[in-house]
Amino acid sequence: MNFVIPSFAPAIPEMVLLGLISFILVADTFWSKRFQFATYYATQITLVVVGYLILSSFTTTQVITFDGSFVRDSFADILKLFTIVVSLGIFLFSREYLLQHKFYTGEFFILGLFGVLGMFVMISANNMITMYIGLEIMSLAMYAMIALRKDFSQGLEAAMKYFVLGALATGMLLYGFSMIYGATGSITFPEMAQIIASGNVDRVVLSFGVVFVVIGLAFKLGAVPFHMWMPDVYQGAPSSVTLYLGTAPKIAAFAMLYRLLEEALPGLVEDWQSLIIMISILSMVVGSLVAIVQDNLKRMLAYSGIGHVGFILLGVIAANPEGYSAAMFYVIVYAITGVAGFGMIVALSKTGNEFDKISDFIGLNARNPWLAFMMLIVLFSMAGIPPFIGFWAKIIVIEEVIKAGFTWIAVIAVIMAVISAFYYLKVVKAMYFDKPENESRIETTSSGANWAVSFFALSLLILGLVPSSLIDLCYESLKAI
Amino acid sequence: MLSSYPILSTLVWLPIIGGLLVLFAGRNNDAVAKWLSLAVAVVTFILSIPLWTDFDTTTSAMQFEEKVVWIPMFNIYYHLAVDGLSMPLVLLTTFTQVLVIASAWDVIKERVEQYMGAFLIMGGIMVGVFVALDSILFYIFWEALLIPMFIVIGKWGGPRRVYATMKFFLYTFFGSVFMLISFIYMYYQSGSFAILDFQAMQLGMTVQILIFLAFLIAFAVKIPMFPVHTWLPDAHVEAPTAGSVVLAAIMLKMGGYGFVRFSLPITPDASMTLDWLVIGLSLIAIVYIGIVAMVQSDMKKLVAYSSISHMGFVTLGMFVLYDILEKTGSLQGAQVGMEGAMVQMISHGFISGAMFLAIGVLYDRMHTREISAYSGVVNKMPWFVFFAVLFSMANVGLPGTSGFVGEFMVIISSFKANLWFGTLAALTLVIGAAYTLWMVKRVYFGPITNENVEQLTDLNKREFAIMAILAVAVVGLGVYPAPIMEVMHTSVANLLVQATTSKL
Repeated sequence: MNFVIPSFAPAIPEMVLLGLISFILVADTFWSKRFQFATYYATQITLVVVGYLILSSFTTTQVITFDGSFVRDSFADILKLFTIVVSLGIFLFSREYLLQHKFYTGEFFILGLFGVLGMFVMISANNMITMYIGLEIMSLAMYAMIALRKDFSQGLEAAMKYFVLGALATGMLLYGFSMIYGATGSITFPEMAQIIASGNVDRVVLSFGVVFVVIGLAFKLGAVPFHMWMPDVYQGAPSSVTLYLGTAPKIAAFAMLYRLLEEALPGLVEDWQSLIIMISILSMVVGSLVAIVQDNLKRMLAYSGIGHVGFILLGVIAANPEGYSAAMFYVIVYAITGVAGFGMIVALSKTGNEFDKISDFIGLNARNPWLAFMMLIVLFSMAGIPPFIGFWAKIIVIEEVIKAGFTWIAVIAVIMAVISAFYYLKVVKAMYFDKPENESRIETTSSGANWAVSFFALSLLILGLVPSSLIDLCYESLKAI
Repeated sequence: MLSSYPILSTLVWLPIIGGLLVLFAGRNNDAVAKWLSLAVAVVTFILSIPLWTDFDTTTSAMQFEEKVVWIPMFNIYYHLAVDGLSMPLVLLTTFTQVLVIASAWDVIKERVEQYMGAFLIMGGIMVGVFVALDSILFYIFWEALLIPMFIVIGKWGGPRRVYATMKFFLYTFFGSVFMLISFIYMYYQSGSFAILDFQAMQLGMTVQILIFLAFLIAFAVKIPMFPVHTWLPDAHVEAPTAGSVVLAAIMLKMGGYGFVRFSLPITPDASMTLDWLVIGLSLIAIVYIGIVAMVQSDMKKLVAYSSISHMGFVTLGMFVLYDILEKTGSLQGAQVGMEGAMVQMISHGFISGAMFLAIGVLYDRMHTREISAYSGVVNKMPWFVFFAVLFSMANVGLPGTSGFVGEFMVIISSFKANLWFGTLAALTLVIGAAYTLWMVKRVYFGPITNENVEQLTDLNKREFAIMAILAVAVVGLGVYPAPIMEVMHTSVANLLVQATTSKL
């Protein structure tokens, strides 16, 4: 038996990331209290270094290595870069939050980095085992992060809930994987696609496998009817963890969806398309309607996130490269918007005041007009009102769905967009129209958080005025494949 | 084209950037905010005058064109231009903007910089709506306008302002999303988002009817037409004076503009088939809403209903053309109706703006809009009542005021189309006179019965200037409407050809 050393080059960013995490993990135990921020800075530097490595070796050609289990293409590179941008924001907001709420530990950042590593592996997975490993690295890190605040019973409950339901979802996914493997005899995505295309497969087993895979994906994305964990976990987790949960993993989950449905199972479009249509419509409906009655902002944003997943799936319904590009654009926009929105909650959260209820935002305009304006941008962008980037995200997926011939779905989507505008407006109303009990000025916990909120919120406006380059990037990356 | 600089972009972006500047510069200094806003508004208006003076009235082609690729992936352009239909509306917008800023001068005390900034930004966006020639760009301006208006009504409005502003936002948002779907659908048929390409493309009958209905929802909500008008009285009553002025004078015109820019040229066959629907709704608005206006006890509500009724003339004038064509076989009569509708839009911009400003003057002094709270104002405010009665007469449609010109033209052409249309439309002159003059009688004349009225002081210089400028505009347009008709003439003729050329 001869052993061929695989090419390590495509995976260098992941390997460097793992190396640096291991270093920080060990070093964190030795850094004394005096250097308590060393872990934080090391984390941010790690992300920047990895980002630089990806950028410097950015490639438009597809490279597959490790015996077909790992793929590097421009789709993966772009999603990883945005994961890094989003994570930089998440950690920046989190530091002050952890200090304010007195559970600042290095583990938060180390677990966060492990999560990022898991996402990278998911994004670059080219077979089912790599994908599963990536998913587990990410999920285990997140379970621990939710439970990190030991004196906070809500957080522990949320962690438990997430763990049990997450394990169930992973089980479903694995079950689906095994059926598909049973039918095709392959675990590598492109090979599976070839075998299915050849027609020598048991369609019944495959169809069952697809259903379980879609259920598992819907769980991870938080799509109806597998969304029940989202509101509880978002609300129960410490805000900085909610910020993490609600943004970066969505990018990875989308990559997983793309790799499975488009690269492995395109031959089964008629099996999964109707499932995705149902899930998408249900998500939009539930996300829009149930969010209306929420008075906790984190919970409201969780439901709004469910609605956004419905919109992301609209692009998947089209089942062509343009459709996936539109969905990719949407998920990137959603992650950036999420960082700005949850980041606002985290940045305003002080000792003894979580600042996560809509009533906390009453009169923000009187207390800090700049932050109110930033939040206004975030909310209107989520509602899909031009000229903010959220508008382009919505219009592009709707365009693709109309092009694919599903005009009726587009009509449902826009009606849901109008309904969801109502609850975003409710927050704007609280900030601008209601009189606060306490008129004193309110500031973010640190000036860094202030800058970061402004950066992410203004980028929604600026990208909304010149969206062309980001749209092109998404379309080009999938065209290359 | 005489001017070499991008005049339309300047008119769009100068107020928006100026508005942002006001937000920052005026944060702790109301005087700076006020003067800076006034300066921006005046400069914008002055810069918009070349549109009029350099306008070529002999062509219906687009002028002052600017075209830059914006999003190549979807063939979306940053494409601005005006023709005879939109140019007067642009000038109306920049003109109203100055009055709006001036009217708020001493009235707004809270967060002046946000108020002024919001109005400037709105001004730029409204110009954008009228000059955008790419449908997506148009939609962006159309929707973006909701944001500052939402804030203005909700923040500086009356007691039920939150309800009113939510209703306003959701109604208009709901109306316009169907328009967006139509745009996208047409994009896949024509490969372009350009409005002019939409106008040139062929469309089947079923598709045309669906698109026509989608447009109708969007524009009917904005105009507003019966039965989707209910947001307007609420929004008007609760909005601050300047908000009402912008709503009545400009935002309602966007719906009318939508019909002439989109519905008639893009879906001519559907317009012909469904013209009875628009005409019917217009007549209901003219007569029924006119009667509703009569029983209002709140002055602003009365003028709001009167606005709906007057906008009914606009839609009536636009859609009688098919009946006239059928009856007389020529477009001669239709031209009168369409021009009447356009003149009515401009004239209503002045008159309704003036009416709301007049109510604002009273409200600032007495803090009530109830008709019953007033009586005998003329004894204390003779100059004010002089102007207010003039505007009321214009609202009634007295010859010699701008109100007469548009209504008269529309009524003439509706008689050509159908005797009943004409009769019903003419009836409004009676109803309009009834509710307007009755309000005049109760508010301005009669004995002073209320000691608050006893305390009233007449117009100050600022208010006098605003009123005088509007009075000149109303009378000027009424006595000599030729220039504005000349500007529109070629474009309207071209529109009628488009609206009667089958696309099947």
